[in-house]
Order: sequence, then C-alpha cells, then structure tokens
Amino acid sequence: MKGWAWLERIWPSVPILSALALTSLLLLAFGTSPVVAFGAIWEGVFSTPERMLTALAFWIPLLLSAAGLLVTFQAGLWNIGIEGQFILGALGASWVALSLHLPAPLQITLEILAGIAAGALWAGVAALLKRWGVHEIFGGLALNNLAIILTNYLIAGPWQPPEGGSFRGTVPFHEDAILPLLGSTRFSPLSLVLAAFAFGLVVLALRNSAWGLRLKALGRNPRSAFLLGVSSNREALLAMLFCGALAGLGGAVRVLSWFDSLRQSISGGIGYLALMVVILAGFRLYLTPLVALFFASVLSGSIVLQLRTQLHSSLGDILTGVMVLFVLLFGDFARIRNLFKSRGSKEDV
Amino acid sequence: MFDLNWATVLLQSAPLIIAVCGETISERVGVVNLSLDGSMLISAMTGFVAAYLSGSALVGFLAAAAVGAFFAFIVAYGSLALRLSQVAVGFVLTLLGDSLSAFLGQDFTRLPGPWVPKLPIPVLKDLPVIGPVFFNQDAMVYFTLLLVAATYWWIFKSRPGLELRSTGERPEAAFARGVHVRRLRYLYAMVGGALIGIAGAAYSLDVKIGWAEGHTRGLGWIALAVVIFGGWSPLRGALGVLLLVGVRSWIGIYLQPTAGADSTVVILNALPWLLMLVVLLVVSGKFTGSLIANAPPRLKRPLQRLLQVAPPAALGADLKEG
Repeated sequence: MKGWAWLERIWPSVPILSALALTSLLLLAFGTSPVVAFGAIWEGVFSTPERMLTALAFWIPLLLSAAGLLVTFQAGLWNIGIEGQFILGALGASWVALSLHLPAPLQITLEILAGIAAGALWAGVAALLKRWGVHEIFGGLALNNLAIILTNYLIAGPWQPPEGGSFRGTVPFHEDAILPLLGSTRFSPLSLVLAAFAFGLVVLALRNSAWGLRLKALGRNPRSAFLLGVSSNREALLAMLFCGALAGLGGAVRVLSWFDSLRQSISGGIGYLALMVVILAGFRLYLTPLVALFFASVLSGSIVLQLRTQLHSSLGDILTGVMVLFVLLFGDFARIRNLFKSRGSKEDV
Repeated sequence: MFDLNWATVLLQSAPLIIAVCGETISERVGVVNLSLDGSMLISAMTGFVAAYLSGSALVGFLAAAAVGAFFAFIVAYGSLALRLSQVAVGFVLTLLGDSLSAFLGQDFTRLPGPWVPKLPIPVLKDLPVIGPVFFNQDAMVYFTLLLVAATYWWIFKSRPGLELRSTGERPEAAFARGVHVRRLRYLYAMVGGALIGIAGAAYSLDVKIGWAEGHTRGLGWIALAVVIFGGWSPLRGALGVLLLVGVRSWIGIYLQPTAGADSTVVILNALPWLLMLVVLLVVSGKFTGSLIANAPPRLKRPLQRLLQVAPPAALGADLKEG
C-alpha cells in the first residue's frame, strides 16, 4: 500500500499534465512549438499590468456566473440556461443604459438592478418550465437560443443605431452609464467589489444557512428531502432565481465594462464556461474562484496566441476543455483504484 | 401546406433523422449521449476534411462515424466504468467537440469539396406523387429511409431489440436473464454515436456542403429534444423532424411576403426553440395529464398514446450488481 499512498499524493497533477501534453501534441501537429504557444498565452496575461487587468475583467463575470451555479448544483439542478440568464442581464442593463440618462451613481445602480432582475426572470422561466415537466437542460437551452435571437432582434430593430442598419451593435452608451474603469483598461474596481460581495453571499447561503442545508438535502436525495418536508418546487425555484440574479449581474458587468454597447455575441459562451469551471473545481466552493481565474487567464491569453501564431484562438478552449474532461474522468484517485481492483475479481457483465 | 417541395423537405430532414435514430438507440439501451451537438460538429468537420483530402465522400462518412462512435465511447466509459454522471461527461464533450472542430478545421473552411451525388432510381422515380419525393434523391436519403425502418424493426420487433429495451428498462432483470448489460450498453451507445457522426457528415457532405466554424451548432440539441418528442421511437422521431422542417419551409415561403424579410428571419430562428418548449410541455408536462384525465373515456387511451411519452425506466441509471 505504500506505493499507493505515493501515487495518490501526485495523482491530481496527472490529468492536468496529460491535458497539457495532449494540447502540445495538437500544437506540434499544426507545426507550432508548444513552448512558443504557451509562452504567447503567458505573455498575453502577465506581460503588462494592462493585460493582467484585462484577465481580471474577464474573470469577474465568469466568477459571478460560476458562483451562481454552485447554488443550483447544490440543489441538484443542471442550470445550462445560465448562458441565457447572463445575456438577459446584459439586455436589462443595456435597456436602462439606452433609455435613461441620470447622474452616474443612480444610473449605474439602476442598470445593475435591471440586469439582476432580467437574469432572475429568465431563470424563473426555466424553473417554471421545470415545474411543468420540461427538464431544465432543455428548457435552459431553448431559452439560451431565444435570448441570442432576442439580442439580435433588438440590435437590428428597436435599438438600432440612428445611422441605420448595423447588425454589430447598438450605439455606445453615454459616459455616465459605464462602470468607472481603471485607466485605459476594461477593468472596473466596482465590479470586483460586487463580485466579492456576491461570492460572500453564496458562501453564506451554502455554508451558514438552513436554506443551504435544504438545498443540499434536495440535491443529494430528493426523496428523503421530500420526506423531511423540503418543498422541491420552492427550493428549486429559489435556487434558480438566485443563480439567475448572479448571472444577470455578470451580464450587466460584462456589457457595462468589457464592452460599452450591446453587441451581438455579448456573452460569447461565458455561461457555458462557468459550468466548465464548476465541474473542474469539483463543485468545491473555495476552489471555484481560482479555477475561474485560471480559465480567464488562459482564454484572454489565447487572443495574443492568435495574433502571434495565426492559430485559431479556440486552442484555449481546447486546453481547458480537455483538462475538465480528464479531471472529470480520471481525477478521482479512489475511482481509478476501484477500476483496477474490480477488474481482476469480476466477470464481464 | 401540401404544395411544399416535399423532396427538399425530406432531404433537409435526413441528417436530423439519422441523429435522432442514433440517439434513440443509445437512450433505449440506457445511455444518454448528451454530447450530440458537439459530436455532430466534430464529425461534420472530420467528414468534410476526410472527404476533401481523399476525394471520396464515402471515406468522409466512415471517418465521421468513427469519430461519433469514439465520443459515444467516452460517454459510455465514463458512465459504465467510472460511474460518472452521463450529463456531466456529455456536456463537457459538447463544448470540447465544438472547440476542437473550430481548431482542427481552421484550414478547411469555406472550401469546395466532394458531395453525395444524386441517384434517381429508374422506374420508381416516375411514380406519381411519391416518385419525385422518395425515389429521386441521393444515397444518403435512401440510407435514412432504410435506417428508420430498420431501427424501428430492430428495437420493437426483433429478439435482440427485446434485449436492448430490457437493458434500458430493467437492467437488473435483463442481467438475471443472462443479458450482457454492460456489453450491450457499450455496443449500442457506440452504434448510436456512429450514426450521430454520419448525421454530422450528412450536413457537411450533402445538405449544407462544406465546413465553417459552428456549421451545425444547435441542431444537435434539437435532435435531442426530438428524441423525447418521438417517445424514443425512431418512426415518431422521424415524423417529428419532418414536421419541424416542413413548418419551417412553409413559414419561409408563405410568411415572408406578408411579414417582411427581417421579422421572418427572427421567427424562423426562434421557431425550433419555441416548438421545443411547447412540444416538451405537451409530451411531458403536467397539463396534458389533467387534460387526458378529463377527456371522454373512449378518447383517453388514444390521447395518451398520441400526447404522452415516458423515457426508458433505467435511462442514465447505473446497473446495481448484487
């Protein structure tokens, strides 16, 4: 057994190194040196303070969404609809930004509240559909696509710039509508405060509240939760609304700091990425912000990779995706050990 | 509605029908291959690139089938050997398939490549009404028609099909009767995956010829929903696809002059997703149950058969060996 203990200690690095190795092979196949490619990603994140802040600016909406997913996963829900909730948050914030012009503090407060409300609304629809028998994966997916179609419709129709038919985006928001940014970057200190507050709220809800306990009961064993008097409908709805509100906040932050107008691909899959983040973090509370930071770094670094090597920037998604897959499949040492133990003793079933 | 070009509707439906058949087989044996959307993207890319490099569409289809089967194998392995959630593995593969297809296919976008040639069947193609629709098509469409019939027959009428269904409904009972539950789950999940791969290639080599990033994005999810609408029957699933594609073409032709091009595009894009919600609400929702309960007694059974569906009992569940 001594050998096992040694292997168990180093095991968590094995899937991660395998993912790096596989991505390196892919790079070699495309005639690019992995050293150059990973170096470009590194440079894309750490070479200048501006780039580090850019990665942080990417991190915050991702963290907000992932924090919300911790709540829905706790309740045993697969909230794939988070992508749509994020987009609706951006739409809500944009709506206020385009239609009101108030002093900055009031304007921004209203925008953020609108984003939160819109995200929660979309999550509420998914929760209602689930109550009526449509699984949250399918309800969520349909709502994601409807959110994208709604965005495109608004950009090309009612919110079209006055100079006419641009399908790319709305007019830039006025200055008071945008979150205060640090220097010439897209990073807003205010959004960091909001994200820290939101994450604290999630920690409080999941670790220190009776509600968190009820969600856990629901997620682990819906039948016994029901026998204990936990209303699955009510708790599922609340969990979804909570997650949708955080995703909506993320969308609002994204449109009000990363961009300065509503664009066609306003989310670009941040909701789906947040799901990957939480899976890679193994649904663990305190690991989630770190994994989200890692994702944000790799993905914002990949933009430099594309500039430097002419390779498609989806390499970053592949690196993180393969990592999530390998960690999911082989990350749990006990599972792998069982696999080898049972092989000898059991007949083929 | 009836003066639609049904030959085109059938052609455009064919890839989705293949995917629905594949997923139905996989889910009937108890494995949810949620990676369908990503599997289809990566196999559409693989199929096009393989056909482009070899100059043969058949090679493309074979390569795509292999990739689809491989993705299905990962889902099955994660579930059967490692006892992981099929949804989690499938979801990760969906995104990975999407980004891999974008990266690996980056040098092959918007190129002209081989396609499936038309293959009219002599004599039969001259039959009135059905001739032009069914017998003036290409090999992929004939394959689809045969596939639907064969899948239906295999699942519901053959002895191996009985074992297939029992594995998805009562794996413990099937195991006790000497059925190789695990082996069958691997086998049918991979057969289903291969069909999903063929469906991807059917887009890039036939219906939407060529490759570009996100070529079939979203269609896989629609196929997954159609499997539910179809009540896990290939025949009903195929009808569901035909209905969806038919309604879309009908709107494209008849709504455009009255509603204008811009709003028609919005309606056409939103339609599959709205239909997905409505249809799933009807077939698995609670309203239908109360509607049927209040229906006249004579109508109860037919209405139930028409409107309500139930998944295989052990879908996504583990085999408890004891």
